[in-house]
Amino acid sequence: MNEASIKQASGDAAERNAMTGTIRVLVAKLGLDGHDRGAKVVARILRDAGMEVVYTGLYKSPDEVVAAAVQEDVDVIGVSLLSGSHVPLFRELGRCLREEKADHIFVVAGGVIPEQDYAALWDSGVDAIVPQEARAELIVTTIRNLIAARGRV
Amino acid sequence: MNLFSETAIGDIREKQAAWEERELAAALGSRPEEKPAYETECGIPLKRVYTAADIADIPADELGFPGAYPFTRGAYPTMYRGRPWTIRQVAGFGNPEATNQRYKYMIQTGQTGLSTDFDLPTLLGLDSDDPRAFGEVGRVGVAIDTVDDVDRLFDGIDLEKISVSLTINPSAWVVYAMYVAVAARRGYDLHKLAGTLQADPLKEYVAQKEWIYPVRPAVRLLRDLIMYSAKATPKINPISLSGYHLSDVGGNALQEIAFIMAFTIAYCEEVTGAGMDIDDFAPRLSFFFISHQDFFEQICKFRAARRVYAKIMAQRFKARKPESMRLRVHVQTAAMSLTKVEHHNNLMRTAIQALGAVLGGCQSMHTNGLDEAFAIPTEEAMKLAIRTQQIIRDEINVTSVIDPLGGSYFIERLTRDMETEIWKLLDEVDERGGAVKLVEEGWFQQKLADSAYATFRKIDAGEKISVGVNRYVDETSRSAEVHIHPYDERCTQLQIDRLNAVRAGRDGARVRQLLNELAEQARSDEANLLPTTIEAVKAKATLGEICATLREVWGSYAEPMIV
Repeated sequence: MNEASIKQASGDAAERNAMTGTIRVLVAKLGLDGHDRGAKVVARILRDAGMEVVYTGLYKSPDEVVAAAVQEDVDVIGVSLLSGSHVPLFRELGRCLREEKADHIFVVAGGVIPEQDYAALWDSGVDAIVPQEARAELIVTTIRNLIAARGRV
Repeated sequence: MNLFSETAIGDIREKQAAWEERELAAALGSRPEEKPAYETECGIPLKRVYTAADIADIPADELGFPGAYPFTRGAYPTMYRGRPWTIRQVAGFGNPEATNQRYKYMIQTGQTGLSTDFDLPTLLGLDSDDPRAFGEVGRVGVAIDTVDDVDRLFDGIDLEKISVSLTINPSAWVVYAMYVAVAARRGYDLHKLAGTLQADPLKEYVAQKEWIYPVRPAVRLLRDLIMYSAKATPKINPISLSGYHLSDVGGNALQEIAFIMAFTIAYCEEVTGAGMDIDDFAPRLSFFFISHQDFFEQICKFRAARRVYAKIMAQRFKARKPESMRLRVHVQTAAMSLTKVEHHNNLMRTAIQALGAVLGGCQSMHTNGLDEAFAIPTEEAMKLAIRTQQIIRDEINVTSVIDPLGGSYFIERLTRDMETEIWKLLDEVDERGGAVKLVEEGWFQQKLADSAYATFRKIDAGEKISVGVNRYVDETSRSAEVHIHPYDERCTQLQIDRLNAVRAGRDGARVRQLLNELAEQARSDEANLLPTTIEAVKAKATLGEICATLREVWGSYAEPMIV
């Protein structure tokens, strides 16, 4: 994987984080969509909110994103998609997560996602969808609430 | 020579001082202004009123006349009196036939030029049956795999009569080759083909983020395209230098113009370095800017950009032809300004931005559909977008006088201030080693990401107002039911079936031989890759095969990780 951690975290650090409760998020771009403005802004918002953030960079396939999420031991995968291909790509992402027995990792979707496609995303295992016009607070609380409701695995 | 006499300016300064002491002081005493300071979106401070004294330092020659150096007042001497701007709505989705049908509808509605959006696999040089194309075929644009697809795309459309813009980037030289091959097959005179390729690689690495190869080979491909097109298809603009995307990814108006001018300089150095005279290709360089929300700032941006470009071409590249110094620009309204909430408001936003582009002197325009915050626009949304331009053009009499805001104290001051800031940024790029090096280092990428985050913070804090979103929020109008452009699920399979048929029916040995030749030519910097590429597409080599051939020679691009 060709990703850069915003904050470097070794395996040991990840274990410490599990105890101290620092939330770890993989911000990911799926498929061939090049719009990365939103993904990068969200990465900074989450970092500013005290989370540890890893960004995948562009053009990642669902299995590459899942491999990175497992390797980085994240709590949440945040995917930003503006290419209209969200339905097939999230379906595939969900399948890969189950295949890797990693479906304890939450999936949060953002970008250009019409309401009519929400049901298909829920079926694919998406845990939350953040609207385009979301303020920073909503993005941060969405993730915190997901983890608070179930606890970290 | 300056615009005003020293005596007149002295008189104005005296009278302004008196006004400030009496009327202004009294008004401020009874009611303070709403904000402590005012500025444009890109941060240039704004005074409450401008007078002749504010432009006393600007020489009259800096304004000049329309269609003459330094082109501040317009690209052409008659502007819209001679020819209105081209209504050029971009469209592309599904199979070539689907887009072709939309084109015919738009021509019937009054559109005067065509513009094509390609799907992501086509943009990135992948065939529709490539595993990486999963879920993306025909989604955000039309799918093109072979020369036959380009023929289907323009079926029944006379390419000698209508100009065609192709929004294609890393694989642009292949699509150009297909376009030329189709025109030749139909017996057209290549010298009559008019249109524009986007083909602006540096802005891809920093903004739109579609790439195949490392930066330098991508710039060499553009060089080949510019040099080949200048002779073979002299009415085609081989590049559209796209500030639009720099803005779309977060850049402000100054960054949009300064960075795109830095890229222009890099490309001109590349082509002149290969031995072509600046005046033999510069007249066909074209531009693509955004028309964003800060109305006067955007108008001044267009004027400042024309002046900066004219000076770069005349002074830095020693161009002699006026056409080499004339900046022609296609404009698109700001997709970033559109909201899902109360999406009908997007019509008003777009209309105002379109008016700004006209007052700024654009040559062609795409107005966004009101539903573009949801998906690609429906036919109905495109019709409203075309009507918006027609109302501006034909109902409100803004086209009779050229540069109608020229001479406004405020407009001239802001144009000048923006120009000054653009030169500062350009000097910094020069000092740091030029655009190609800085793209490789991620310098532009960092500047734009920082600017995007600053803009988000302003919206988040409510400093930047978005009506219906963070101001005048109406809870009852939140969940809009819009009709969304449908995706044709059969699209991918049809493209794959056609690819298989083409591969089965062509002379495979000839295709392999041409691809090997292309790889050989790519290994040295000397050859122009276009002639062999055109032969290859005529022999039915696919877009994916051609792009993969060069990827084997040049490798792929590794993105610098900048957040």
